[in-house]
Amino acid sequence: MSMDVVAALSADPRDRGGPATPLLSVRGLVKHFGRKGGLLSKGSAIVRAVDGVDFEVAKGETLGIVGESGCGKSTTARLIMQIIKPDVGEILFDGEEVGSSELDLTDFRRQVQMVFQDSYASLNPRLTVEDTIAFGPRVHGLPRRAAIARAHDLLRRVGLEPARFAGRYPHEISGGQRQRVNIARGLALEPRLLILDEAVSALDKSIEAQVLNLLLDLKDEFGLTFIFISHDLNVVRFMSDRVMVMYLGKVAEIGPAEAIFGRPRHPYTEALLASMPSMDPDNRTQEAPISGDPPNPINPPSGCRFHTRCKFATALCSRAEPPPYDVGGGHLAACHLANPESGHPRLAA
Amino acid sequence: MAAIADTLVVAPIRASRGYWASVVARLTRDPIAMLALAIILAIVLAAIFAPLIAPAEPFKGSMIRRLKPIGFPGYPLGSDELGRDMLTRLIYGGRLSLFMGVTPVFFAFVIGSSIGIFAGYLGGRINTLLMRVIDVFFAFPSVLLAIALSGALGAGIFNSIVSLTIVFVPQIARVAEAVTTQIRSRDYVEAARVSGAGPLTIVRVHVLGNVLGPIFVYATSLISVSMILASGLSFLGLGVKPPDPEWGLMLNTLRTAIYTQPMVAALPGVMIFLTSISFNLFSDGLRSAMEVKQ
Amino acid sequence: MLLYILRRIVYVMPVAIGVSIICFLLVHLAPGDPLTAVMPIDATAEQQAEMRQAYGFDKPLPIQYGIWLWKVVQGDLGHSIATGRPVLSEVGRAVGNSLILASVATLIGFTFGTLFGFVAGYFRDSPLDKGASALSVLGVSVPHYWLGIVLVIIFSAQLGWLPPTGAGPDGSGNWRPDLEHLRYIILPAVTMSVIPMGIIARTVRALVADILSQEFVQALRAKGLGEWGVFKHVVTNAAPTALAVMGLQLGYLLGGSILIETVFAWPGTGFLLNAAIFQRDLPLLQGTILVLAMFFVTLNLIVDVLQTALDPRIQRS
Repeated sequence: MSMDVVAALSADPRDRGGPATPLLSVRGLVKHFGRKGGLLSKGSAIVRAVDGVDFEVAKGETLGIVGESGCGKSTTARLIMQIIKPDVGEILFDGEEVGSSELDLTDFRRQVQMVFQDSYASLNPRLTVEDTIAFGPRVHGLPRRAAIARAHDLLRRVGLEPARFAGRYPHEISGGQRQRVNIARGLALEPRLLILDEAVSALDKSIEAQVLNLLLDLKDEFGLTFIFISHDLNVVRFMSDRVMVMYLGKVAEIGPAEAIFGRPRHPYTEALLASMPSMDPDNRTQEAPISGDPPNPINPPSGCRFHTRCKFATALCSRAEPPPYDVGGGHLAACHLANPESGHPRLAA
Repeated sequence: MAAIADTLVVAPIRASRGYWASVVARLTRDPIAMLALAIILAIVLAAIFAPLIAPAEPFKGSMIRRLKPIGFPGYPLGSDELGRDMLTRLIYGGRLSLFMGVTPVFFAFVIGSSIGIFAGYLGGRINTLLMRVIDVFFAFPSVLLAIALSGALGAGIFNSIVSLTIVFVPQIARVAEAVTTQIRSRDYVEAARVSGAGPLTIVRVHVLGNVLGPIFVYATSLISVSMILASGLSFLGLGVKPPDPEWGLMLNTLRTAIYTQPMVAALPGVMIFLTSISFNLFSDGLRSAMEVKQ
Repeated sequence: MLLYILRRIVYVMPVAIGVSIICFLLVHLAPGDPLTAVMPIDATAEQQAEMRQAYGFDKPLPIQYGIWLWKVVQGDLGHSIATGRPVLSEVGRAVGNSLILASVATLIGFTFGTLFGFVAGYFRDSPLDKGASALSVLGVSVPHYWLGIVLVIIFSAQLGWLPPTGAGPDGSGNWRPDLEHLRYIILPAVTMSVIPMGIIARTVRALVADILSQEFVQALRAKGLGEWGVFKHVVTNAAPTALAVMGLQLGYLLGGSILIETVFAWPGTGFLLNAAIFQRDLPLLQGTILVLAMFFVTLNLIVDVLQTALDPRIQRS
């Protein structure tokens, strides 16, 4: 990230904290979903969807979040968006607490938006494309004419000609086009932070490439910051400056993209990377890198949550949960192996 | 070169069809549904224009002309036990029968949808509470509940409409709640919440348009049930009172005639049957037209 | 499993209480002084005062409900104004007859309904399907009391094969399962069976068509399973829901029998209700409805539990 870009971002009139303040700062985020036992049934089953997550997103960067299904990435997105209320945790946007007197929810909504996965249910089948995009601005007080005009403008920017697309219904456009509409809707309120939750997962590969490039262009054009959630490692690698790996509601590893992909320090990250099938016939994948199924977020394993599937696990791992350890360069890994003082037998070599 | 340029010209923009327009288009291509609709319209129009169409007076009887068969001169469909012309009575009977069939469903649609959408959108404890109350009404078979309420309230058109409305509100509310809960979890509703819209706006713009359709279809399927129940109530002496013409009541008063003029005695039931099946077929057609995946 | 049953019973309790509240309120819905609703017109002032005491009409509504509920639980449903006999015994006598009629009707409806539905679902979209579906729409649209009258016209008045009314040669006596009484049950049962037939046919058709179109059936066929095997498969998958619908239909028939029983003068609860309405005999009305509604609630519970027992998918640990 060049200093010019960062400086340009701080020139945004909405900027409050200056270039050094992270745009988003999340600390100790926890969300449990209680499945309360009713009368005469076994005790409550609590889903620990997000169980203590900390991270920051700097202005102008793209943070990628990866993990298997059930790791809590979508829940985290919704917690940030305040669609679900966190149980515990602090969320600071540009240095101000969300929901406080300095930054109320409406204001926050104007600055943080979300792009959903393309599914048939991502757009209201009864509204035209332009009405869908114009909805947000109209809610915040823009008169209809102006909102439609903005919708047309955005359609143009995402590559859909308004004359052809504005009056169409969702069932009349293709998946890739729908996703562009989703993106346009996400930009309609002129946010500073855009959360993309599996935004390209449902698209064919060729369309996916187009949409990703579009996203990068828009990011530069509008000076946006992205949180990019996906289970597809290649896509995350392409898009992200920094990457966060989640496992069972906790952060396994976080750091710059080259570090995570090039020199992973957490066995889970290594396994994830190894499980990307290799195209090189000389380098075939010999054995499954991870054993077992992902455990249930209702009863996570004791100590380090990954220890049941980790080839380096020992008694220490099942006893004590490793905190994120700084291995240098803004790279943190929550593994005993990363911490030279943890007492893990392998380190004593 | 010119030829290639021609092929590159974008086709003229076809006006895109709204959802309801496409439903209507599909419906009009369904022969059974259209036939059913035609029958319904015929009966409705006949009922509205009864004074103009009916050959005789509905209340004027003649003691010497009682129970004449179908085709008797002056009485195309025969006469009833008090000598009144059957054709006239049947046409006028349509008024009350249709009215008693449609009105309770209409009110139940309004009340039931409101309750169901309210409960469905809010979810949580309020939803559970409301639905449990609805469950209590579901614990009665509809016929029983209608009769219980009518029996307690007493006979009469107004009381019957009230009891039937009470019978149908829970059914519609349940459907409304189910559909609303489904829609509520869709991504576009979440997106609307993310835009910062308040619940009333979201319901108005995003929920209603997607929810009222299925509820409406269900309501139309209830009309035939309502008609049968309403005429059943009259049959038992709980609904319309004599001498008002209503098909169910006519079936009752003509019961003694089944030995002498069976065809005439069965006529009012034919009308109920015809109307009921037409509403059912139309409702089925409507459901099919709305169900097509886009 | 036992735990599940207990849980369902606890779940049903509030509904049962709600039902009792509605039944209780019926008397108060009626226009006029509730006292006159439960007493014969010619009751003396003394008797009225006694009644007022016993029912507690001068006390606030919730307390009245409590008194009434306490009596009900002990089996005292009041006394019929018309006959003076205890409501419970009247209802008890009638329930048996209604149950018999409803059960036979449900059996007929279930048998033919499943047959039609199966054929329609198996041969989906064929003329057979269209025909069977048409029949079931007919079944659901016909006013059943009218059908009863038509059948009486045909089989009684015109042909004289079957008796028009009554449950037996002695008129409104109870029905007994012997040859003499058999003729009397045919018309009412067939009439009553038409609506459940239509509903069951529709349900079974949808079930069968759905199961057949599922991928695992195609997989079975690909593995070489013959048609008979597929058939057995469809039956086991469709059975739980079909049986559940049948159970529910039995409940509806029991509760909604008044119209048919009126047409055929069948001495069941429906007939009793009719008499109660005509004579403004509110204790009888209230008591009969309470018993019928409770029957329905219990039946629903049994069907629910049975369905869970049969369908492994629904079972929760």
